Amino acid sequence: MSPATRHHILSVLVENKPGVLARVSGLFARRGFNIFSLAVAPTDDPTRSRITIVVDVESAPLEQITKQLDKLINVLQIDELAPIDAVERELMIVTVTVSAESKPELLSLTEEYSGVVLDEAGDRITVSLGGTPEALDAFTARMGAAVVAYQRTGRIALPRIV
Amino acid sequence: MKTNGGAALIKALELEGVDVIFGLPGGAILPVYDPIIDSPIRHILVRHEQGAGHMAEGYAHATGRPGVAMVTSGPAATNIITPLADAYMDSVPMVVITGQVGTAGIGTDAFQEVDTVGITRSVTKHNELVTNAADIPRVVREAFHIATTGRPGPVLIDIPKDLVDPTNPNSALDWYWPDSVDLAGYKPRLDGDPALIKDAAQLIIAAERPVIYAGGGILKARAAESLLALAELLDIPVVTTLMARGAVPDDHPLCLGMPGMHGNYTAVTAMQESDLLIALGSRFDDRVTGKLDAFAANAKIIHVDIDPAELGKVRRPDVGITGDCRLVINELITALKQIGAPEVQPDRSSWKSTISGWQEKYPLSYVQSEPGDLLKPQYVLEQLRDNTPDDCIVASGVGQHQMWTAQYWKFQHPYTWINSGGLGTMGFSVPAAIGAKVGRPDRMVWAVDGDGCFQMTAQELVTAAAERIPVKIAILNNAYLGMVRQWQEMFYEERYSEVYLSPDLPDYKMWAEAMGCVGMRVEAPEDVLPAIQRANEVDDRPVVIDFRTDAREKVFPMVPAGKSNSDIVVGPEDVR
Repeated sequence: MSPATRHHILSVLVENKPGVLARVSGLFARRGFNIFSLAVAPTDDPTRSRITIVVDVESAPLEQITKQLDKLINVLQIDELAPIDAVERELMIVTVTVSAESKPELLSLTEEYSGVVLDEAGDRITVSLGGTPEALDAFTARMGAAVVAYQRTGRIALPRIV
Repeated sequence: MKTNGGAALIKALELEGVDVIFGLPGGAILPVYDPIIDSPIRHILVRHEQGAGHMAEGYAHATGRPGVAMVTSGPAATNIITPLADAYMDSVPMVVITGQVGTAGIGTDAFQEVDTVGITRSVTKHNELVTNAADIPRVVREAFHIATTGRPGPVLIDIPKDLVDPTNPNSALDWYWPDSVDLAGYKPRLDGDPALIKDAAQLIIAAERPVIYAGGGILKARAAESLLALAELLDIPVVTTLMARGAVPDDHPLCLGMPGMHGNYTAVTAMQESDLLIALGSRFDDRVTGKLDAFAANAKIIHVDIDPAELGKVRRPDVGITGDCRLVINELITALKQIGAPEVQPDRSSWKSTISGWQEKYPLSYVQSEPGDLLKPQYVLEQLRDNTPDDCIVASGVGQHQMWTAQYWKFQHPYTWINSGGLGTMGFSVPAAIGAKVGRPDRMVWAVDGDGCFQMTAQELVTAAAERIPVKIAILNNAYLGMVRQWQEMFYEERYSEVYLSPDLPDYKMWAEAMGCVGMRVEAPEDVLPAIQRANEVDDRPVVIDFRTDAREKVFPMVPAGKSNSDIVVGPEDVR
C-alpha cells in the first residue's frame, strides 16, 4: 500500500434487486480497484440492502467513484465512514489444530476474545468470534501456523451515534 | 383490461409518443413484431442492428426526442452495443429494446442467448431485464424517464420471449399506465445552488481574460439561447466544442469556433491564455485539454454540469455547480445583473484585440490543388457548405473528414451537426444521417463520410432507398484510413502500415447504384458544384458522391497527442 492509500469504508444503501451488486462492484473493477472486503444483506426494510465496501484507494479517485456510484439508479444513499466516526464489526470462523497441551490455551484465548466453539473432532477445533477487524487480526496472529481453515465475513459498519 | 406483454410494450411505446422504431426482428423478439403491424408507429427495417442504434442516435440528435431501436437477442444485442456505448459517451437519449430467450432458457446457453444486461451494464445509463410481464408498462415508463432527464443517455430493456408471446400464460397482464415515475435513487438536481451562482458571478465580473467553454450539454439542455444571452450580456467570447458546434452561430462575433486537438489557433490559445474558463456542459475531454497539467494553467474554473460526477473529474473547479445548463445560465444572468453586470466588469479591450489579432494571423487555411491534381477535401467542404441551406443537417463519421467538417462548416443553428465525439465510432454517419432525416424530413441532410467509414455501414443506404429516405452522402475518398495515415506520416516516420484502401475498390458509384441510390464520381474542382447541385435536387432516394481527394492533405492545426495546447502546430510549414 502506498502512503496515500488507506482503507476506506463505504456504506451503500441500495434497492434489493438482481444485478445491483454487479453494478456497484463493476464500477470498482473497471478502474482496477481491488475491493478489500464486501458485506451485503437486506436492511430492516426488505426492499433495501446495505452494502459495506472496504476498498484501498487514494482519496481523489474514491471521491470520483462515489459520485459515479451515486449515479446508479438503484443506489439510494452512500456514506463514507471514516474509521474514527464508525463502529465496525466482523465475524470470523477459524479451524485450528490443537494438541493436548495447546487446547486449554486456545480455549482461554477464545474466551478472552468472546468467541465460541462451534465444532470439535480429533485434533481440530473450529471457533467463531466477532469483533473489530483488528481484534480478529490479532487473534489470527496468535494462532499462527495452527490455522487450517479460515473465513471472515468482511466488515459491517454503521456511523457512530452523535 | 387483459392484455399480453407484447401488446403492452407497443402500447407503452405509443403512449411515450414514439413515432418511429429502428429495428430488425428475430426469434426472441418475434412476438412483439406482430402488434407493430397494427400500430401507428413507423418501423424502419435496418440491414444491420448497429444501423438501428446509430439511426436512433441521429434521430435523437436532430429532434431532441429519444431515439428507439428494437432488435432480437444474442448477436443482435451484441451488434447494438457500439451504438449504446456511443450514446453513453455523447449523452444521447435512446431506448433500446432487446428480445431475450424465454425465462426458462436464461442461463442455459440457449440458442441466441447472451447476458445482454451484463454485457451492456457499463455502456448504458441504466438497463433492466424484465422478469414479469406485469412490469412492462412501468419499466418502459421508467426507461424513457431515465433516458431523457438529468444527463441523457441510453437505456436498455431486455425482455424474455415468454413474457411477450400471447400464446404463453407468462405474458398475461392487466393493462395499467403509471401516472408518473418515482425512483428513489434518481433525482437529478436541475437548479443551481444560489450561493455557488453568486460565487460564479463574482469570478466572472472580476475576470480580465474570460472564455466560455461550451460543450454538448448546452445542446442537451436546449440552452443555446441562454448561452448567447450570457455571452452577449458580458461580451465574453465562446468556444464551441466538437459536441457543441452550432450552439452559438459561427458567424457571431463572439464565437471563436472549435477548440481541441484540431481546433483553430484562436480557440485553443484563448483558452490557454484565459484567466477564467466558464465551462458549461463540457467535460474537459482529453482531446480538448491536451496535456492536462499544461491546460489553461492560469485560469480559474467555473464548471456547470448536470452530472455531479463531472465536477472535478478531470480539473478541479474553483466553483462547481450541479444543475441544468439552461436553468443555471439563466440564474447566472440574473445574479450578474444584480451585481451590476455588464457595467462593473474590467476593461477587456486588450484581451479582445489580442483575440482578434490571433484570428487575423492564424485563420484556417489550405492550399488549393494544382490543375490535374486530386481535390482538396477542404475545397469540397467549402462548396458543400456554401451550396446547402443554412439549416441543413450535416452528419459525419470519424477521422479527418470529421475534423475538416467541424472546422470548415459554418454552423448557424443548433442541432445541425451530428457526429460521434466521445467514442469516435467509424461508420456513424450514414445511419445517423438516415435517423436525422427520419426525425426532420423537412430538412436537407448531408453526411460527410470517409471512404474507410463508409465501408463500415454503407448497407444502411439500402434501408434508406427502400424507405425513401433521401439523405445525401459526400465521401471524401482519399483511398486511405486518413487520420491513421496522418499519424503514421507525422509520428511514425512515414512508415505506412495497413492504411491503404484503394480509391476504386469498391467502385463507390456502382455500389451506390446497386443499393438504389444515385451515384456520382467527382475528380475535378469544376465538377464539384454541379454534382452538389444535382444531388440537392434529388428528393426521392439517397445520393452518394465519391469525391476523389488528395491523401497527402492533413488536418491542421494539430496539437500532437500528449503535448501542451501551447505547442499547437498551425500548418504543414510549422511541422518540426
